[in-house]
Amino acid sequence: MEALGLLFHGFSVLLTWKILALMMVGLVLGIFVGVLPGLGGPNGVAILLPLTFSMDPTSAIVMLSCIYWGALFGGAITSILFNIPGEAWSVATTFDGYPMAQQGKAAEALTAAFTSSFIGSLVAVMLITFLAPAISTFALKFGPPEFFAVYLLTFCSFVGLGREAKHKTVISMALGLLLAGVGLDTVSGQLRMTFGSNDLLRGINFLVAVIGLFGISEILLTMEERLALRGHAARISLRTVLNVWKDLPKYWATLFRSSFIGCWLGITPGGAIAASFMGYNLAKRFSKDKESFGKGRIEGVFAPETAAHASGTAALLPMLALGIPGSGTAAILLGGLMVWGLNPGPLLFVEHKDFVWGLIASMYLGNVVGLVLVLTTVPIFASILRVPFAAIAPMIVVSCAIGAYAIQNAMFDIWLMLLFGVVGYVFKKIGIPLAPFTLALVLGSRAEDAFRLAMIGSGGSVGVFWSNGLVGSITTLAIVLLFWPVIDRIFASFGGKKESPARA
Amino acid sequence: MSSSDLEIVVDDPGAPDENSPAVTNNRTVEMVVMVLLLGLAALLAWDNWRTGASWDDTGPQAGYFPFYLSVILGGAALYGLVSVAIQRGVGLETFVTRAQLSRVLQVFVPTLLFCFAMQWLGLYVASFLLIAGFMAFIGKIAWWKSLLTAFIFVAIMFVVFDIAFDVIMPKGPLEAAFGR
Repeated sequence: MEALGLLFHGFSVLLTWKILALMMVGLVLGIFVGVLPGLGGPNGVAILLPLTFSMDPTSAIVMLSCIYWGALFGGAITSILFNIPGEAWSVATTFDGYPMAQQGKAAEALTAAFTSSFIGSLVAVMLITFLAPAISTFALKFGPPEFFAVYLLTFCSFVGLGREAKHKTVISMALGLLLAGVGLDTVSGQLRMTFGSNDLLRGINFLVAVIGLFGISEILLTMEERLALRGHAARISLRTVLNVWKDLPKYWATLFRSSFIGCWLGITPGGAIAASFMGYNLAKRFSKDKESFGKGRIEGVFAPETAAHASGTAALLPMLALGIPGSGTAAILLGGLMVWGLNPGPLLFVEHKDFVWGLIASMYLGNVVGLVLVLTTVPIFASILRVPFAAIAPMIVVSCAIGAYAIQNAMFDIWLMLLFGVVGYVFKKIGIPLAPFTLALVLGSRAEDAFRLAMIGSGGSVGVFWSNGLVGSITTLAIVLLFWPVIDRIFASFGGKKESPARA
Repeated sequence: MSSSDLEIVVDDPGAPDENSPAVTNNRTVEMVVMVLLLGLAALLAWDNWRTGASWDDTGPQAGYFPFYLSVILGGAALYGLVSVAIQRGVGLETFVTRAQLSRVLQVFVPTLLFCFAMQWLGLYVASFLLIAGFMAFIGKIAWWKSLLTAFIFVAIMFVVFDIAFDVIMPKGPLEAAFGR
């Protein structure tokens, strides 16, 4: 099969000492980031992104995606040992993971979490491997109208399918799109919304916004909580690992179902958080012994972890293939790709085969290495939590400042970062979602350029968006998703088959 | 089937007092934010209208998209404002208590000072002061630990960014004295 051939080529690109070393560094940093409070997956990737500007794109994205896997693994450690979810998608893991730890079965819970994460990611990566080449056959059919339709689809699906209040999602997205437009307009050469400021001429860089929104604001939020914790750092022995693995085939249904949910929600803007909860709830519903969930059932750890990791990994497929990030972190990686001069989308698979397949190969390898790494080093990472937050918080602030400054060497960006930190703090507390904002900031100028190029091509006629089957169907789907809540309610009131909220 | 355990206990002596009075509630904050967003939308709409917000023969003018986006933003903010204002009994949960706010400010104000200091003292010296000061004053950690940790961290950052990755940060008089 073509896919396998390309995959082997990818491995050959990957297996150099430099890239393998970066992979290890990335994984360790990622687990570190996932364990620490106040530093999340998207944030870790955002702060370290400027570091990678001096690397070649393949090395850079391998390291960044390994940080991402590491963070996915790391979140489970604190969930199980301390009942503190390291990431939002690890919340469901605490339901059964922490009770298991309290019953002295922490090592089993951790092994279960890491193994099921590995399986979830693996399924998603296999999905990517086999779907990706098929996407590239679309490559040549995509022109500006098609690209705009795809961006429109992304925006509409966030608004239509998002869980927050619609007007708040709209605010978030409109604000992001507006800020994306500040500065020099590439199509007409005019300055927009700069108000005479030389600093605003450069525009608002999405990384600065992300570091402020996710990094600084998270520290501010963390300070509101009581930071005390008490738990046990379990050492995982080989015997424990083998015992858990022996039982694995029994739970094939849970694993399969959770992987499927994860992949589906990863590709659509559902996200790892939704996936983990859905995986847990469905495992509970389909189980013969519902009552034992929440009291320390190993299945209660398998289900959310598999789903969350499958989803986090699957989110990379639409990002690479169509340029649509399925999650906040994928949006940041997308931004990074654009900075390195690689345009995600169907053409990426045709023009930059080395890069894409090197990345996909690294997903396999990164997961395997990550699993081994995390099984052997739990106590070390758990003891990181002994470091007082008073030491960690300023270090995170310094890292954020370095990351923000490194982008354009502009002091103005540091102030912007602080401003976004406050904005992020307030927005998170009043329920304005940040993912649409990030997405809009990353995609805004591309979407607008696509629209205007499409208009120039069609001589000003908006009908170009229905001019052929491909673009017409995408545009129509976008509009359907935008009004999905209304359509859904109409179906329900007619007594028609009610679509379950997360399937759409 | 448990393996050997290490117990980890972390305390937070400065944690916010649970019974601290509320500074403000969610409803007020939400209304203020909506008003600010409405103001921003109006400002941006005006600016984009000036730039030109209609179509010419090659398609939309530069200000077209941002103008209508400002309108959408303003509309959504107005909806948000009205929907919160008319529901008087909702959203009265505490936005932040006095104790929580003081903790947040304990991070925010030093960070603000750090950003100012960065411009004159350079990033590395300012970072050293921030970390050491924060650990010692706010974390109440022993002076020697704070200074040592800050020094090691800043040294690592310097080696990684300035020397290894050649990523240049603002520098101040200390670095100039060493000739870097």
